Amino acid sequence: MLSFVLRRVAAGAVLLFVISLLSYVLLSIPGNDVGRQLLGQNAPQELVDAKNADLGLDRPAAVQYADWLAHAVRGDFGTSWFTGENVAEAVANRLPVTLSLMVCVTLLTAVLSLLLGVWAGVRRGAVDRAVQVLSVAGYALPNFLVTLVIVVVFAVRLRWFPAIGYTGLTESPGGWLSTVTLPVVSLSVAAVAGVAQQVRGAVIETLRQDYVRTLRARGLPPSSIVLRHVLRNAAPPALSVLGLQFVSLLGGSVLVEQIFGLPGIGAMTVTYTTRGDIPVIMALVTVTVTGVLAINLAVDVLTGWLNPKARAA
Amino acid sequence: MSAPHPAGGARRGGARRRFLRNPLGLASAIVLAAVAAAVLLAPVLSPQSPDVSHLKDAFAGPSGAHPLGFDTAGRDVLARLLYGGRNTLGGALLAVLVALALGVPSGLLAGYRGGRFDAAADWTVTLVMALPAMVVLLASRAILGPKVWVLMVVLGVLVSPGFFRLVRGIVSGVRNELYVDAAKVSGLSDTRIVARHVLIVVRAPIIIQVALVAGLAIALQAGLEFLGIGSGDTPTWGAMLNEAFKNVQRAPSLMLWPGLALGLTNAALVLFAAAVRDALDDRTAKPRSARPRSARPRSARPRSARPRSVRPRSARRRRGAPGAAPAAGTSRPDAGALLSVRDLAVSYLTAAGATEVVHGVDLDVREGEIVGLVGESGSGKTQTAFSVLGILPEGGHVSRGSVLVGGTEVVGLPERAHRALRGDVVGYVPQEPMSNLDPSFTIGAQLVEPMRHKLGISRAEARRRALDLLRTVEIADPGRTFASYPHEISGGMAQRVLIAGAISCDPRLLIADEPTTALDVMVQAEVLGLLRRLQKERGLGVLLVTHNLGVVADLCDRVAVMREGRIVEAGETERVLRDPEDPYTRRLLGAVLDHVPARAPWRPAKGPTP
Repeated sequence: MLSFVLRRVAAGAVLLFVISLLSYVLLSIPGNDVGRQLLGQNAPQELVDAKNADLGLDRPAAVQYADWLAHAVRGDFGTSWFTGENVAEAVANRLPVTLSLMVCVTLLTAVLSLLLGVWAGVRRGAVDRAVQVLSVAGYALPNFLVTLVIVVVFAVRLRWFPAIGYTGLTESPGGWLSTVTLPVVSLSVAAVAGVAQQVRGAVIETLRQDYVRTLRARGLPPSSIVLRHVLRNAAPPALSVLGLQFVSLLGGSVLVEQIFGLPGIGAMTVTYTTRGDIPVIMALVTVTVTGVLAINLAVDVLTGWLNPKARAA
Repeated sequence: MSAPHPAGGARRGGARRRFLRNPLGLASAIVLAAVAAAVLLAPVLSPQSPDVSHLKDAFAGPSGAHPLGFDTAGRDVLARLLYGGRNTLGGALLAVLVALALGVPSGLLAGYRGGRFDAAADWTVTLVMALPAMVVLLASRAILGPKVWVLMVVLGVLVSPGFFRLVRGIVSGVRNELYVDAAKVSGLSDTRIVARHVLIVVRAPIIIQVALVAGLAIALQAGLEFLGIGSGDTPTWGAMLNEAFKNVQRAPSLMLWPGLALGLTNAALVLFAAAVRDALDDRTAKPRSARPRSARPRSARPRSARPRSVRPRSARRRRGAPGAAPAAGTSRPDAGALLSVRDLAVSYLTAAGATEVVHGVDLDVREGEIVGLVGESGSGKTQTAFSVLGILPEGGHVSRGSVLVGGTEVVGLPERAHRALRGDVVGYVPQEPMSNLDPSFTIGAQLVEPMRHKLGISRAEARRRALDLLRTVEIADPGRTFASYPHEISGGMAQRVLIAGAISCDPRLLIADEPTTALDVMVQAEVLGLLRRLQKERGLGVLLVTHNLGVVADLCDRVAVMREGRIVEAGETERVLRDPEDPYTRRLLGAVLDHVPARAPWRPAKGPTP
């Protein structure tokens, strides 16, 4: 198991390296004149050149990347070209917002889709059809559209929750809850739709297995068959979908943070990437890709833990 | 040349018909066509140019010439909706085309050729899939500029792995199919094979994926526009939503139309995909249900239909023949027997109504007796066994008759009461050892769990009993087997484990459904020996379902021959095998090669014979 994890971590590191290299190369290609952009159209050329030299942009791209990498592995992502902030600090300040959002969404999605999926898969009939309709609806509607509807209904019309803003969990847990509820619900709709459908399918598939019939023939009650055997065997496919959902959640959080004015890295992505602030973009790419790789690894480890055959491989 | 093909023209036509008969499929197709037409005809349908703005009209409501009213800048909402649709849908179309152009050929190549290209492509795809699309799009906008078309190309690249994985998976599955081999052998070039045999198979899944990816592209693009990072003033649905959302307090209704257009188009795309999938699934569901084990009910029909149509009435007449099984319902149930089945009928509810697959079976198993139930696959013998246990698959039920298990009537018995009989009155030994053990639990856990439920004993006590049982079924190292997972033991061991499970709660009756069919010949003999020993030691009654007359001759005291859901002959094994009365039994016996006299060894002719 340990060697499996180590292998995966190594593969992830290679992937991260390749992605960062690619990103850096792509970001450097157009050669947009950052100094000019920073100092304005009317700045004298010498000043612009000096600025570019100051940022190290007069060096070859390969040297620039090597320099970035050498600092990045030590956790130093440089300073923002446009605001002069320390990038690592700026990201670290916003990461908790996004992370708390992600953790809540993932937990809510896991619990809700497990309940709905198992219920639909075991009971079938009307419950099943309802879950199916819900899934198609949640999947079919663009997530940000659902978010907008939720804002209009619960924040603008009913005024149950604030439409915008964020309170830190440490400042006021109640305030935090009221500011993250709508974002979490908005993000969870599509995720629950996708995962519940998967759980349902896996449960139905597992219920058809011969060993379930044999367990019934041994006189086991349905509760222990479903809760122990079916759940255990249906979990791996559901988990892998949950992992995929996480990747799209990262994208969704960009919009949702923007709509609700949450100071997370999603909103940060919008502000900084549109300006072409390469140190910030590189840090954000690194953080998000690391997050995706970590989730994939977690899913694989959990799957291995649940499935003895995969563990052996 | 014309190898049989799973996606032949006639069946495909059937899928199309099924699609059109599905109201959701039809509706989604109509909506998509209507949206496409409206957007294409934008110049004709629009009341005015989408960019004409009269500030005095800002926020004005609907009027005759402007049915949807005006937006925040006094521009006609309908015109912006129609022209915006052009940009939004056009962008999505571009993304889909790019994704198709990248994903399909590479998927075909990787799936058909495999090898190094496959490995490299797979790695690249993993890389692309690890990228959060939104972040990459935002970054590429920063580099490449706010040109929507460019962003859509990038989006196309980002979603192309979906097509690659899909096509690659299907093609590598198809590559080893017999009809592709046949095409190869007949000398077709790879290009021809891919074009003729492989592309057809992936066509429908690609249509589904196109609809889903188009929905995704529309949503992502609208999201980008909504963030205000599209191309400036160009009307798009996302940009319209953005403007409307900024004024959500003043005029929330402005969000209605672009939101509706977006939601409706996307929902139609997803429903379209679902309907296509359903139409295709319907087709593939039939051959899949012909799987011999779990889905026997439906397959029983087509299979038995063939012989019935060849010899329609004779089988029926035979039932009344002298010496055959007593006619249904004529004899009274034997209350002293462990198992007494009278006039049992099993039906399945299908779309076409109820179909009876077992038509009035009579059967008795007394203490210490092994009764064979013989017949071909699909004859209803497994259905009969499942009825006794109360584990008929979904849709199946006992529609008539009586089943006494240990003196208790189980037809109409509540599930809970029936469950109480399973395990400690009647045990079950399944056919396929490997698929009947839960792969996620150790052998030990699977033996311990039912004993704790049924006998109410402690974990330690159950463990001790389980180890004893493993010893009883002649497993050499019970401790190791106890801790093993099913995939770590052999088929013969697994069958022994299943027998141990069946007798774990000391049942008096054992129902063994083809217990040796899936095993090697040597192992078969061992398992049969084990069954016989256990039966003798414990005085079990056994109902042995099998198609193997050798097993019957070896083990059974009495035998019943089943065909097309009826028992055609029953009696003492010796009598039935030596002197079969029913022509079908005679044919079954005739098919056994054991009784054929051995031919004289062949001798080469040496020299001229006198």
